[in-house]
Amino acid sequence: MLLIPCPYCGNRPEIEFAYGGEAHVVRAADPRKEDDAAWTEFLYFRKNPRGDHAERWRHAFGCGRFFNVKRNTYTDHIEASYRIGEMLP
Amino acid sequence: MTQSYRLSAGGRIDRTRTLTFSFDGKLYLGHPGDTLASALLANGVHLVGRSFKYHRPRGILTAGGEEPNALVGVGRDDAHFTPNLRATQVELYDGLTSESQNRAPSLERDYGAINDVFWRFFPAGFYYKTFMWPRKAWTKFFEPRIREMAGLGRSPQTPDAARYAQRFAHCDVLVVGAGPAGLAAALAAAKTGARVILCDEQSEAGGSLLAEPDAQIDGLPAAEWLKTALAQFVAYPQVKLLTRTTAFGYFPHNMIGLAQALTDHEGERNDAQPRGRLWQVRAKRVVIAAGAIERPLVFPDNDRPGIMLAEAARLYLERYGVLPGRRALIFTAHDGAYRTALALQRAGCAIAGIVDLRPNAGGPWVAAAQKAGLAIYPASTIATTDGRLRITGATVKPIAGGSGQRLSCDTLLMSGGFTPSVHLFSQSRGKLVFDATLDAFLPGAPAEACSVAGSAAGVAALAEVMASGAEAGAEAAGGSAFSYQVTNAPEAQGGFIGAVPYHGDPGSVRAFLDYQNDVTAKDIALAMREGMKSVEHVKRFTTNGMATDQGKLSNMNALGIMSPVLGKPVPAIGTTTFRMPYTPVPFGYFAGYARGELFDPERHTAIHGWAEAQGAVFEDVSLWKRARYFPRGSEDMHKAVARECRAVRNGVGIFDASTLGKIEVVGPDAAEFLNRMYINAWTKLQPGKLRYGILLREDGFVIDDGVIGRITDTRFHVTTTTGGAARVLTMMEDYLQTEFPELNVWLTSTTEQYAVIAVQGPMARKVVAPLITGADISAEALPHMSMVECKIAGVPARLFRVSFTGELGFEINVPADYGRAVWEALMASGKPYDITPYGTETMHVLRAEKGYIIVGQETDGTVTPDDVGYAGMIGKAKPDFVGKRALARKAFAEQTNRKQLVGLLTDDPALVLDEGAHIVADPAQPKPMTMLGHITSSYWSETLGRSVALALLRDGRARTGEQLYVPLATGNARVSVVAPVFYDPEGTRLNG
Amino acid sequence: MQRYSALALIKQSLNGHKGWKPQWRDPEPKSSYDVIIIGGGGHGLGAAYYLAQKHGIRNVAVLEKGWIGGGNTGRNTTIIRSNYLFDESAALYDHALQMWEGLSQDLNYNVMFSQRGVLMVAHNVHDEQSFKRHVYANRLNGVDNEWLTPEQAKAFCPPLNIAPGMRHAVTGAALQRRAGTARHDAVAWGYARGADALGVDIIQNCEVTGIERDATGRVTGVQTTRGRIGARKIGVSAAGSTSLVMEMAGLRMPLESYPLQALVSEPVKPIFPCVVMSNTIHAYISQSDKGELVIGAGTDSYVSYSQRGALHIPMHTLEAICELFPIFRRMRMMRNWGGIVDVTPDRSPILGKTPVPGLYVNCGWGTGGFKATPGAADLLAYTIAKDEPHPINAPFNLERFGAGRLIDEAAAAAVAH
Repeated sequence: MLLIPCPYCGNRPEIEFAYGGEAHVVRAADPRKEDDAAWTEFLYFRKNPRGDHAERWRHAFGCGRFFNVKRNTYTDHIEASYRIGEMLP
Repeated sequence: MTQSYRLSAGGRIDRTRTLTFSFDGKLYLGHPGDTLASALLANGVHLVGRSFKYHRPRGILTAGGEEPNALVGVGRDDAHFTPNLRATQVELYDGLTSESQNRAPSLERDYGAINDVFWRFFPAGFYYKTFMWPRKAWTKFFEPRIREMAGLGRSPQTPDAARYAQRFAHCDVLVVGAGPAGLAAALAAAKTGARVILCDEQSEAGGSLLAEPDAQIDGLPAAEWLKTALAQFVAYPQVKLLTRTTAFGYFPHNMIGLAQALTDHEGERNDAQPRGRLWQVRAKRVVIAAGAIERPLVFPDNDRPGIMLAEAARLYLERYGVLPGRRALIFTAHDGAYRTALALQRAGCAIAGIVDLRPNAGGPWVAAAQKAGLAIYPASTIATTDGRLRITGATVKPIAGGSGQRLSCDTLLMSGGFTPSVHLFSQSRGKLVFDATLDAFLPGAPAEACSVAGSAAGVAALAEVMASGAEAGAEAAGGSAFSYQVTNAPEAQGGFIGAVPYHGDPGSVRAFLDYQNDVTAKDIALAMREGMKSVEHVKRFTTNGMATDQGKLSNMNALGIMSPVLGKPVPAIGTTTFRMPYTPVPFGYFAGYARGELFDPERHTAIHGWAEAQGAVFEDVSLWKRARYFPRGSEDMHKAVARECRAVRNGVGIFDASTLGKIEVVGPDAAEFLNRMYINAWTKLQPGKLRYGILLREDGFVIDDGVIGRITDTRFHVTTTTGGAARVLTMMEDYLQTEFPELNVWLTSTTEQYAVIAVQGPMARKVVAPLITGADISAEALPHMSMVECKIAGVPARLFRVSFTGELGFEINVPADYGRAVWEALMASGKPYDITPYGTETMHVLRAEKGYIIVGQETDGTVTPDDVGYAGMIGKAKPDFVGKRALARKAFAEQTNRKQLVGLLTDDPALVLDEGAHIVADPAQPKPMTMLGHITSSYWSETLGRSVALALLRDGRARTGEQLYVPLATGNARVSVVAPVFYDPEGTRLNG
Repeated sequence: MQRYSALALIKQSLNGHKGWKPQWRDPEPKSSYDVIIIGGGGHGLGAAYYLAQKHGIRNVAVLEKGWIGGGNTGRNTTIIRSNYLFDESAALYDHALQMWEGLSQDLNYNVMFSQRGVLMVAHNVHDEQSFKRHVYANRLNGVDNEWLTPEQAKAFCPPLNIAPGMRHAVTGAALQRRAGTARHDAVAWGYARGADALGVDIIQNCEVTGIERDATGRVTGVQTTRGRIGARKIGVSAAGSTSLVMEMAGLRMPLESYPLQALVSEPVKPIFPCVVMSNTIHAYISQSDKGELVIGAGTDSYVSYSQRGALHIPMHTLEAICELFPIFRRMRMMRNWGGIVDVTPDRSPILGKTPVPGLYVNCGWGTGGFKATPGAADLLAYTIAKDEPHPINAPFNLERFGAGRLIDEAAAAAVAH
């Protein structure tokens, strides 16, 4: 069970959180301007890397906030967590 | 029977009390402090099991959890019975009942031993090469027979009587293993004030110190020092010592799983006490001091009862006062066996000789043996052993060749050296490094915050073991290490991996590596001959290391055999992956409290108790218990539902809708937020009005629906499906927090804050109105799809004029605490109209008659708003909402022949189609048939006096009027396609 | 190829088993092949076998970064069934099931396909609706599947707890009798032996590090830890690493990789006669020929390539197992392990051509790839040989996500209302 650093509450066990998928997948401000291929990419295609991964978690059974985590998908080590809207450290 | 192999003194057993136990129906005596294995040995019993494949007679090999042979079933009855327990780990208690396994009819006479006669025909992997003809014979004939032969003990057939507990714990330092290294580590850490948990799988802490008669620590005999050290440790207020507790798994981020046995050792006398406890420990640092496991030597017929590991024999002697035999032959590549020989000799056991693979073993233990006059055969090997149910002798030969010499013995004690227990370290993803001098994998760079101390790290001498423990403990806690003065504890060295050299035809002897699975050196060679060069292939092909000890005894020897054949050093071959659990853990520990009603929480509405008292039948909808129908007298579901339907259509019914999800959406941008989430337009919805909303996933498919009320300009009361409540709130939070953070909106789940009571039917207003204060609920003042805040029976309420039945109806939201009171007030008010409670089944029938969809029943995650005929609800002027862009993709929008919601009427009005049945144009076509769609809802409509069904049908709306077929088990039903509204299509009733 | 039979076994037994030949060679890679398959699991080895056997393409190499069968082939719980809902899925999985029925004989290798029956247990009204929809669809598709009452289910699987007072009582079950289990390692080894005998080079410890393409974009070969190897056609069948391999060809995939755990108990004498699955409370169990209870756990929630998972996942699974089978509460977990599953947005596989000429992909089987092994292998071989998909795998193309033609088995079983 991962130990996840919520930027608002501190370290908490994984069972308090819900995984939110890859981070920084931005929904276009005006989707009408996106072409079909770009929208399909936005909907379904993901980086899925082996190594560093910026991902979203929600502290579902805590503060309820979404935030970002930089985690290595091979070692499971978490390097950083940061708030929504902040840049990947 | 007397304990004829028990010494009159010595050991840690309590000779003042005698315990009676049974093995295979025979009664024996033992003492508190014994294991089942030590007690059996005290009674001269070595033969305790039969092997997996050849059914070879087998004896007690070890004194620990790695035991492959002495597997027994233990338990006073089937509800307390556990198969496959290691006799070496079963603590003795009075009345213990045990049985041997994998034999019929008895251990001594086992029909399965026929396999041993024909062993040549069962090499590794033989089953891949035969049993293929005829085709069906595998499942029908061969496999059932193989299964009968395989397996070890018998599964219990009665539900477990025991209970289990679980705990979370946090600590600064977790020390695994309370031997000398672990104790030193725990003491060093505890001294700093750190919170320390020290665990050990055995019944008492001490590890090797429990069988250490010679060494002195800080001037005290080891046993005395141990007593003092333990007293010192447990005196710290912030520490915990857990015995009978196995650290079985190392999980990411320093989460360690511990399995603590609580009542097994006293025979589970009280089922109200938990039998075991699973700990999930989050440790800042972990010190692994798990010790090392002695390796057998691989030589021909090395598996007869009476053959035992040398250190195990010494342990039985020192800790339990038991002799393994009267005349012991030692076979070794490690000095430790010399120590065993000396100790046995002191205790009165004859030593037939010490056969040492090494040409010139030296060191203090060898010198002591020489001094004691023991016969030593250096550079020698054992070519064979004899004896059927017990070893009677062995033939010793010089490795260089020459004639052999048979030495008689009743026990053969062997040592191939020690394998450090790196299991947990490896589970933590720490790198293992091969040490060629020790022939062992040792811990290298750690991947988690942990370190390894003592013999688990390849350290052998007691002084160094304690020093490494103290250092690891101090480092983990940020303190400084004590140092210990250890005397009279010389280091024992040596070791061997692989098959020992022996003289004879390798094809005609069997030298066992994996005792339980009957894997021999020859099998390893065969696997390599067949092209298996990876250690994993060899393991899987031969099953070496796949027995219940998971290779603790056999893996290194397999690598030792493979290395010269493949011409590769051991580290280049690699080792198999270490996986949890370190030793087997009962399922019950993992399941813990989650059984029966605690398996999953039940959610009850405020009206649940009332429904229960009325005899309602409930159904599970996600975690909720919902009243499905309210039978009266002997009514079955169909009769009850028919009556409930009539009541709603003709009079008035009352329904508990509290399980619907509810979300309060509040803020200046609340309407804009809903605009972006739901397909519908919300800006122009006036306060006091309701609208039915549809929510899509971003990829355009319907995910939820519900009625949404606008309370004020800035406040909406959103309802969701029962099962979707949490999902919808999460989705809303996701968009609000990450995509639309500029919107000023707050979301609050209010599902459990409100009880929701639906009063439906032509008489509904007459029932509700008398209870209302502060509002006019006449048809003019409160038309369909509007709401008002008022009081009902004196309780503040949000009163919705809404209908999911097609009748005049109200949904009354009141604070949950008042739900039952308001319900009962409505029942009283409705009495003159014979108000009838109805359940979810009637709700389903009534809504289906109106063609109202249920998300999850009419939709399945691949349905768009247009598919269910709701395209008209889409707010056309809106630039964006979740799912809009996806639906607009050209390839998506141009799809034809999609499934659309339609109604179906059977030719035979009495026939109710099966939900889930499929629709075809031609039922006579060959299979696979072309299916046009499926029935989503199907009911007997009491109102219409016939059956009705909803379906998703390819190009369905264009097929209105067509006749199609639904193949059922009872024959093909002809149906007509109609519009999906069967009752009051104009909606005059709900506007009444 | 050295033929396996009872007679051969007896002959070798009298000869000390000295005459058994390697099941496959251990060749050095050639400088180029007609076709390279990346991934030496059952799917990849099978594809190579069928390329040689059915399409006469024998100049083929299978490149495996570790040891063959060491990925999900050797880590799954070996459940084989074809009772899928949608026509496309039922056709795909039943194609595989039909091949399973003759696989041991075709390969001359006993893969121990045991048609013990798979029982899918329903716990509520929604389950019943969903399962009955499966049963009806399957029957019209010619796939066997039948609906059982709780009592009938218990008769088929005596350890099943059908007490009405259970928290999630058993309300019925769907049974596919042709379904069952097989010996996973034997599938990889049997295909490897068969392919090798037809001339396919099986190259282990050979990790692909790059995919080469010419100016037109077409693939020309791969770079590996054992040097460059040329090929005009490359099939990727590398479950658990698909995204990483496809990235080498510049393609992003609609995939996410999750850890999936499984576990076995200590072996016991026969007690469990079939396979039981409960999707509602997440329990999947059968008993191996060796006697171990083989139990599938769920996936962890997060993307990971670590082939291990968290403790609470198997805990949850064993809660469900002990609830459905309270007689097993005292049985003991002997080994737990993890694999990596590649999951698509609609939980259905992707099997077909890619935007890169000469590059073909077989991926996204999620937790259920083993059951498809012969079928997927056959269809991948067909697609590579003909440069066009077979009608059975045509719907499982990469373009379906853009077109909104999802084949969403998971959503079809989802709970709502």
